[in-house]
Amino acid sequence: MEIFLTYLTVFAVGGFICLIGQILINLTKLTSARILVIFLLAGVFLEAIGVFGYLKDFAHAGVTIPILGFGSNLAKGAIEGARISGLFGALTGGVKAAAAGLAGAIFIGFVVALISKARSKP
Amino acid sequence: MKPDKEETKVYLEKVRENMPKTRHISTMIRAFITGGIICCIGQGITDLLKFLLKNADETEIGGLTTIIMIALTGILTGFGIYDRIGNFGGAGSIVPITGFANSVVSPAIEHRREGIVLGLCANMFSIAGPVIVFGISASVIVGVIYLFI
Amino acid sequence: MKGQTIFFDKPVSVSQVATIAGPKEGEGPLKDYFDYILKDDILKQKSYEHAEIEMQRRVIKQLLNKSCLNDGEIDLVFAGDLLDEIIGCNFALREFDIPFFGLYNACATFGEALILGASMLQNELAERVICSTTSHFATAERQYRFPLELGNQRSPLAQWTVTGAGGCILDKKEERGVKITAGTIGKVVDYGVNDANDMGAVMLPATLETLDAHFRDTGRKPDYYDMIVTGDLGHAGGRLLLSMIKEKGYDLDENYTDCGILVYNREAQGVGQGGSGAGCSSLVFCSYLYKLMQRGLKRKILLIPTGALLSKTSSLQGETIPAIAHAVSLEVL
Repeated sequence: MEIFLTYLTVFAVGGFICLIGQILINLTKLTSARILVIFLLAGVFLEAIGVFGYLKDFAHAGVTIPILGFGSNLAKGAIEGARISGLFGALTGGVKAAAAGLAGAIFIGFVVALISKARSKP
Repeated sequence: MKPDKEETKVYLEKVRENMPKTRHISTMIRAFITGGIICCIGQGITDLLKFLLKNADETEIGGLTTIIMIALTGILTGFGIYDRIGNFGGAGSIVPITGFANSVVSPAIEHRREGIVLGLCANMFSIAGPVIVFGISASVIVGVIYLFI
Repeated sequence: MKGQTIFFDKPVSVSQVATIAGPKEGEGPLKDYFDYILKDDILKQKSYEHAEIEMQRRVIKQLLNKSCLNDGEIDLVFAGDLLDEIIGCNFALREFDIPFFGLYNACATFGEALILGASMLQNELAERVICSTTSHFATAERQYRFPLELGNQRSPLAQWTVTGAGGCILDKKEERGVKITAGTIGKVVDYGVNDANDMGAVMLPATLETLDAHFRDTGRKPDYYDMIVTGDLGHAGGRLLLSMIKEKGYDLDENYTDCGILVYNREAQGVGQGGSGAGCSSLVFCSYLYKLMQRGLKRKILLIPTGALLSKTSSLQGETIPAIAHAVSLEVL
């Protein structure tokens, strides 16, 4: 029962975040790159003011799978870095924490693009 | 030929009234469902990883989940399936991390035919580049601010 | 030239037509009218750009074959497409031994080609010319929009770029058949629309302007024509045109249609507002419309290819989108 509730929360919260994105697209005709940037910065902001942790405890993947989670990782890493090793940490911490996503996207993108071809739509 | 401002305004108003509009409700519902499902898949992967790797800490699990989601998107994009999900789901498939992965992989595939270095690699971040630039810059700013408080 | 209109008092014949349609167009309502329907849209080439070049080459080759002519018997080619630096026709013409003018007026290129070609013949500067244009969905998508594999929702206003090529031979000697009797050259008109998806609204003012000029210069009424066919205003754009042209005192309700509407079956094929692209008007004219005229079902057609003159750079720099439309009057005399 508990697991069902968890997934329901994940579905509802994740869906709701995407719904906000859709409203933004519908009303402002923003392109996907801008939508991604807006949500990423929102994630950075939520982490910086310390709210994201609570959201994550509540909705798990519902907030970490949207690009909000990527932004929060970046901010969390930078804050951590700043605490441990000062200015140097503030500069490197963000990228360190987001390394999984970045390296994954770059490497997988490279491999997939090497073997597949763009195809026209039917 | 450029008409005066008044005439332009009248015309643009007419266009706004007469041209078909986005169907808000339908697109919103589809975004909600698509986004929800993608997040649930992410949660499923996290739970599975937690079950399989009992010793891993939360950061590792999170990183692995991200990588697996990105890999899945890469494969779906390569097979030309993700663009159909996107056409159905709109923001539901853009806002999750899979949307980011799709916007890295799709220009890379598109420009593959212009060669590997100047085509594929050079264009890989033609859409997702701003995400990286804004993300890293914002994280540095947050880190520096944290130093002073 | 009277006003914006050239009258061809020694009317110029359209003596031969050839078309190549993409697979999606080949499933549309005009499928029985095309000369050749492609099975896939890559044509065994290494890229979609090469496929477009190949379509342009094949359509010119087909024109020559159908009319049993060789390169030397054609004086000039007027051709265009939507690719950067119009490589579609530039590269296709490498394969031919014919003098060539490359044109760009976006989707209005076919109108431009017909008027220029007819003017050459009218003034006895040439005997026989080819006018042809192509467009390709995959190359246009990349040229003006996003990568093919990017998961993006299509705007309800968006149109589907036609994959296809159409070309015709204009001949001075030919006595009978379809003649070009007049051409109205459009002006670049910009009413401040900046939504690159809303091509209908972008091109509508240019169409209105050209139609108005055509009726004024020729003294003809809309009912002079059996059919008035715009290039690619699409469903919504076409509807708005019908209501807005009434304000200028013309009624097109009876005989208006649009190449972008004709080429697809909108409900079944999911093409948004209809077809568009430089190949749209040439494909539809050189197949369906030409055959209607040849069979005597329609005797007078006004073809108005419409073009939106944007580039990705201009859109990014926040420019509004100007447009142009050329009207070509075609009659069976």
